[in-house]
Amino acid sequence: MATIAEELARKQKEISVSEFFERNRQILGFDSTVKALIVAIKEAVDNSLDACEEASILPDVSVTISKLDQTEFRVSVRDNGPGIVRAQMPNVFGRLLYGSRFHAIRQSRGQQGIGISAVVMYSQITTGKATHIRSKIAESDVSNDIDLTIDTKKNRPVVVREDHLIWEEGGTRVDHGTLIEFNLGARYVTGKQSVMEYLRSTAVVNPHATIRYTDPEGKVYNFDRATQTMPPKAVEVKPHPYGLEIGTLINMLAYTQEKRLSLFLRNEFSRISDRVAREICEKAMVSPDRRPKDISLEQAKAILAAIAQTKIMAPQTDCLSPIGEALIKRGLKNVLGTLRPEFYAQPVTRPPAVNGGNPYQVEAGIVYGGELPPDQPVTIMRYANRVPLLYQQGACATTQVVGAIDWRRYGLEQRGGTGIPYGPAVILVHVLSTKLPFTSESKEAIAPIPNIMEEIDLALRTCARNLKSHLNKKETKSRAAVKFDIVTEIIPKIAEKTSKILERPVPDISRTITKIMNVVFIEDSVEYDQKKKLTKATIRVRNYTARKQELKVHALVPREYIDSGSIYPEPAEIADDGKIMWDIKKMQSLQTVECTFAMKGLERDDYTENEVYVSDINPATVIGAETLPGDWGIKTFEFEETEEEEADYDEEEGELSEE
Amino acid sequence: MKNDGEPMSVALEKLTEIAETIYGQLDSGDIPKMSLPLRTKGNIRFDNKTNVWKYGKATGVRSAKKAVGAYMLLRTMHMLEFIGDMISDSKSSTLREMYYISEGWGKAKFNSQDESDKLAEDLEIITKCLREDFKLRPEEDGARVIGNLTLEETDRKGKKKRMNCRDDVGDSGYSVPYNVESDKIKLISHDADFIIAIETGGMFDRLVENGFDEDFRSVLVHLKGQPARSTRRFIKRLNEELKLPVVTFTDGDPWSFRIHASVAYGAIKTAHISEYLATPTAEFIGITASDILNYDLPTDKLSDVDIKALEAELTDPRFRDPFWKTEIETMLENKKKAEQQALAKYGLDYVTDTYLPEKLTQAGII
Ligand SMILES: Nc1ncnc2c1ncn2[C@@H]1O[C@H](COP(=O)(O)OP(=O)(O)OP(=O)(O)O)[C@@H](O)[C@H]1O
Ligand SMILES: [Mg+2]
Repeated sequence: MATIAEELARKQKEISVSEFFERNRQILGFDSTVKALIVAIKEAVDNSLDACEEASILPDVSVTISKLDQTEFRVSVRDNGPGIVRAQMPNVFGRLLYGSRFHAIRQSRGQQGIGISAVVMYSQITTGKATHIRSKIAESDVSNDIDLTIDTKKNRPVVVREDHLIWEEGGTRVDHGTLIEFNLGARYVTGKQSVMEYLRSTAVVNPHATIRYTDPEGKVYNFDRATQTMPPKAVEVKPHPYGLEIGTLINMLAYTQEKRLSLFLRNEFSRISDRVAREICEKAMVSPDRRPKDISLEQAKAILAAIAQTKIMAPQTDCLSPIGEALIKRGLKNVLGTLRPEFYAQPVTRPPAVNGGNPYQVEAGIVYGGELPPDQPVTIMRYANRVPLLYQQGACATTQVVGAIDWRRYGLEQRGGTGIPYGPAVILVHVLSTKLPFTSESKEAIAPIPNIMEEIDLALRTCARNLKSHLNKKETKSRAAVKFDIVTEIIPKIAEKTSKILERPVPDISRTITKIMNVVFIEDSVEYDQKKKLTKATIRVRNYTARKQELKVHALVPREYIDSGSIYPEPAEIADDGKIMWDIKKMQSLQTVECTFAMKGLERDDYTENEVYVSDINPATVIGAETLPGDWGIKTFEFEETEEEEADYDEEEGELSEE
Repeated sequence: MKNDGEPMSVALEKLTEIAETIYGQLDSGDIPKMSLPLRTKGNIRFDNKTNVWKYGKATGVRSAKKAVGAYMLLRTMHMLEFIGDMISDSKSSTLREMYYISEGWGKAKFNSQDESDKLAEDLEIITKCLREDFKLRPEEDGARVIGNLTLEETDRKGKKKRMNCRDDVGDSGYSVPYNVESDKIKLISHDADFIIAIETGGMFDRLVENGFDEDFRSVLVHLKGQPARSTRRFIKRLNEELKLPVVTFTDGDPWSFRIHASVAYGAIKTAHISEYLATPTAEFIGITASDILNYDLPTDKLSDVDIKALEAELTDPRFRDPFWKTEIETMLENKKKAEQQALAKYGLDYVTDTYLPEKLTQAGII
């Protein structure tokens, strides 16, 4: 643990205020008293989650708000992170632009080194009170407990009280962690933009974290972790030269340990070889041997221009840490589960892409139905590097893409085919990057950059197609349910009644049944065996037509989990992409065939619905599965002639209002 | 409509035929279905022989292929069984009771009385019997009659009672029973020149109070909104057997136009028995759309539903004549309707002293 905390400490190097102002023109996010409360909590929670992840600790974060009077609240945020060494505590919390991440090119929530000090500053300005911080690292026996203010003129922390004590919470000793408590002038609201919403949204994309929230009325909400697995660690990479800004370059030139420009270029950036470094120097007409500290603003600009004209390998993308398809689903279930949604579309994690010099990646998920409100605009959950975005929805790339898609094609309502769709749905979009292009420093909306929007669009459409296929299935099923009711309930009763009236034996109704159904009906079900961790899927094919039938049934299954020995009956083919195909021959009228298979290593809820397709049969005769999408090749069918329909007596609009 | 032989046994036979058909279809592996004339305004035709509107040739199918059809067929079987039981037990039931009986039919239970009433009519159409033959009767809804008309009613104990509809009745008049056939009611004598059928109770009472029946030698019949079958049948008997002309006097709105249509032309819903219920010579004397203007009556604005009803009437074959076309179009144009009691604007006697005499003269009745 020492190594990590100390490592962090080493990196917590000073960033000059001037640099801050060059890069951030305004102080962030505290523009209203309502927002101030949310932003303050967000800064503290973001830091807690960042610190835990860096130290590979499953985060336990508690947030408590107490109301002191109409305008003043006290906030406390506690985590089980690695803690902060005593020497760094004042700087971390009491000095703007003091952070470990400012020069790190890696996906993390914090980027700027100002978040928490800005909170301390805001607290001090609105209440005049000091911030209380307690932190303990595992190596030390006691925690450091300090009260701190900021000398705003000098941008220096002032420790006004200091103590060392044994830290206990609920009777047990705390091994490591950080607690920050502050008062602030604020207003507490509930609703769409509230602390609760922020924490709930945070819980969705951080299924490895447990978050506990105590609201001003003392009510406690627990978001328990849905997985014990830490997200893959995002590796730190050097910046890629594309997308470099002049301010950053100047800073890097000033801080580097390298003595020569060519070495600076090669060692401080990724994807620059000696050859490329020389090429850049040549194009910029700056000597490769020049000391970086001596490079003028003009020369820096020339270097930037030279970089733009030089071919450089795309940045590496392993520095990104997506949530992943399985965990997005689990996170959504964990938080929205109480609303009993009817369907979770299979989430999508797009492969990484590059914008400017920065790798980025898009993830999306859709939740549908259940107790989600049916006649309101859908809820869009926007995330940037696992942080929920609550403000400036309209300005955000995510919202703009959602509004540009014609959702009517995917089963949601939308006036005129643009704008936020209506319906019982939640749309989740997560954009992650080593450097996210926000519309402003307050990190509230992702800038509408065409590349990124295109990726969001692709991710959303894939999810939406999955939703649509579910809705289609549901629709055909409900139509089938009506027919089932007719053949299993009504026809037998009609047969029974007529035979009773006529005092004759009950007629055999099986041929009538096949005439009414006249479909091949496909049902699928999935069971989970908790003990054996086995997911068992069944596809039941029933021939409800009067004729013999032949068809091919296809199931799309995650290849890596299939237990090949379990597939029954013998499949005709198992494709590399995990498609199992059964060739069903000569099914008699009213015969049933069951295709089963099992998957190992999945959690409950990871796989709840089979993706079933059919081919080599007239699609109009099948209910419960769609035809295999065209690219897998299907025979085309002559549609059977349907008999001339007579007018339906009971559906003909009659004007029978008169006696 | 008249069947030879005992109507009950004929009905039973016909109903059994329906069960036979369905049984046969199931037995031969077909989807059970029944064909019925469509009961829509698009499928009524003017019958030159009887001068009333009857169902045309278009038929629809009630098939078990669809849920609605399947349920209706099952209900039909239940109803057949129930009627059969009533016939053999010499019982009868009201239409409302019939509806409640279906509570015990499980899934076949009717969703509303409308549905069960309609099925009873369907059976009438298929069997060419009357619902009375099925031992089903409507609730008594006692349309009222006042006028110098003497008739003889056989009461429930089989006693014959003779009464004059002016002298032997109270102010509410003679109450028309649901069965008005000659086995129940004999028309003995009368001293009147015409029959006036009135939509609302308020107007009926006004004419009674003003002595219109005596002053104008008329028989007043209260229609009570859309008139029941028995009321229409009663009017038709008076018209045919006593040769009394009939006029209808209603509110001035689209719904009242339909009341007149059901008295004079035949209702769409009962077009299978129009010749037995409708009085083709009945004349509409008002309130017409032109009356509203000519008499400058107090009005209400037409609602959206009213406008829809008028537009539907424009495509209703029964209203396809110059008189109705002008009336409907005038009303649509002015977007105004009026109640018959709006005539009270000019005093309580205005209707009997001025309005009706004028209208009846125009109609050539007086
Ligand atoms: N709860 C915590 N546990 C451990 N270290 C922390 C904690 N909170 C803050 N830090 C350290 O303090 C630094 C400064 O935090 P701060 O929020 O000011 O900046 P940041 O998170 O780097 O960037 P941003 O301004 O975008 O939030 C962090 O980089 C981190 O090293
Ligand atoms: Mg931070």
